[in-house]
Amino acid sequence: MARLADLPDYEVEHLLEKAVPRFPTNPFVRGGPISERRIALITSAGIHGRGDDAFQLRDAGYRLIPGEATDLVMTHSSVNFDRTGFQDDINVVFPIDRFRELEVNGTIGPLASVHYALMGASLEPDEVQQSAREIAPLLKQDGVDTVFLTPV
Amino acid sequence: MGALGHYLESEGLATVGISLVREHTAAQQPPRFLWVPFPLGRPLGAPSDAKFQHRVIAATLGLLDEPDGPVLADFPDDAPGQDEATNEWACPVSFPSPENADEDWTDALRVEMRALEPWYELGRTRRGGTAVGTSGIPITEALQRLLDAVEHSGPGPDEPAPTWTRNLKLAVEDLRAYYLEAVTSQPGEHPPTAVNDWFWGETQAGALLVRLARTLSGDADPRVRGLARGALVPRSHMPA
Repeated sequence: MARLADLPDYEVEHLLEKAVPRFPTNPFVRGGPISERRIALITSAGIHGRGDDAFQLRDAGYRLIPGEATDLVMTHSSVNFDRTGFQDDINVVFPIDRFRELEVNGTIGPLASVHYALMGASLEPDEVQQSAREIAPLLKQDGVDTVFLTPV
Repeated sequence: MGALGHYLESEGLATVGISLVREHTAAQQPPRFLWVPFPLGRPLGAPSDAKFQHRVIAATLGLLDEPDGPVLADFPDDAPGQDEATNEWACPVSFPSPENADEDWTDALRVEMRALEPWYELGRTRRGGTAVGTSGIPITEALQRLLDAVEHSGPGPDEPAPTWTRNLKLAVEDLRAYYLEAVTSQPGEHPPTAVNDWFWGETQAGALLVRLARTLSGDADPRVRGLARGALVPRSHMPA
């Protein structure tokens, strides 16, 4: 259903009119075996702990999601995507339980102690740059070497 | 997410991600992404299907073994439940239709909410939680906030527009989550397109949000207009 050919014309037009600038460089960090990597999850689904500040319209900030967090809500400003999957199972946007299982069976190394959420709606790529620059040292401080990114 | 991947890699962190819009990812060329043919809102494909979710994750993590990039690979399969046959669905709870209840639509709205309450509570128990509650007020008060906004239009002279729009948006989130959690707690499959069509096309709550979007779209404050035009009703269900 996310194939453009399967979407109505107005949705295709909306998606394709978004500016998607190409970056002048292509940084590509290599690492060790997946089984030794410390992975953090970052989602642009606009989720956060129930007591945290809700995402605002055009909010380019981020929220911290402690590894043990369970009561997460979604305040993403866009209404143009399905919410029922998230309501049934948070793993459909933020696969934390699946990664805990991968950690337990040794497929990956110890999971990050903190994960992160942003909100991707209506933002130009460079608007998230500040958040990325702030999150990067926090990830490194936690010993993270690899980030798993999920959109919404 | 492509931009985030680029910026994090430039800070020395390896990244790998899922793409829902292949054209954007192909244009941006972030380091490692797996495109998936799933509905927007479901990057892992299917809720409560751990086996399928693990397949998606394994395919994505596998890109970390690629020696060079950028890498954009395609996941081969649709998510379970995406075929046309499973999209036939009807809510088993009958409500007064918006067309027949125009004069008493606020009463009809409250009737709807009462009819859905047992299903909402059942779903809350089954899920062990709820997405309702972002506004921090009971759902009945969230509804009243929306009704007041329809009646009185935008923020009053003593209400800062940013606070007013935030509170209104959270009430919208709660109302919609209440309906969707209730209806998806009923037996059977719940195809996302059919469920959303039901909410926006057949319920008084959906009609209320359309009314609200129309009322606020001419507000003097650009933040209120932005809310009305982009964050209340999906493009697929906003009448021209």
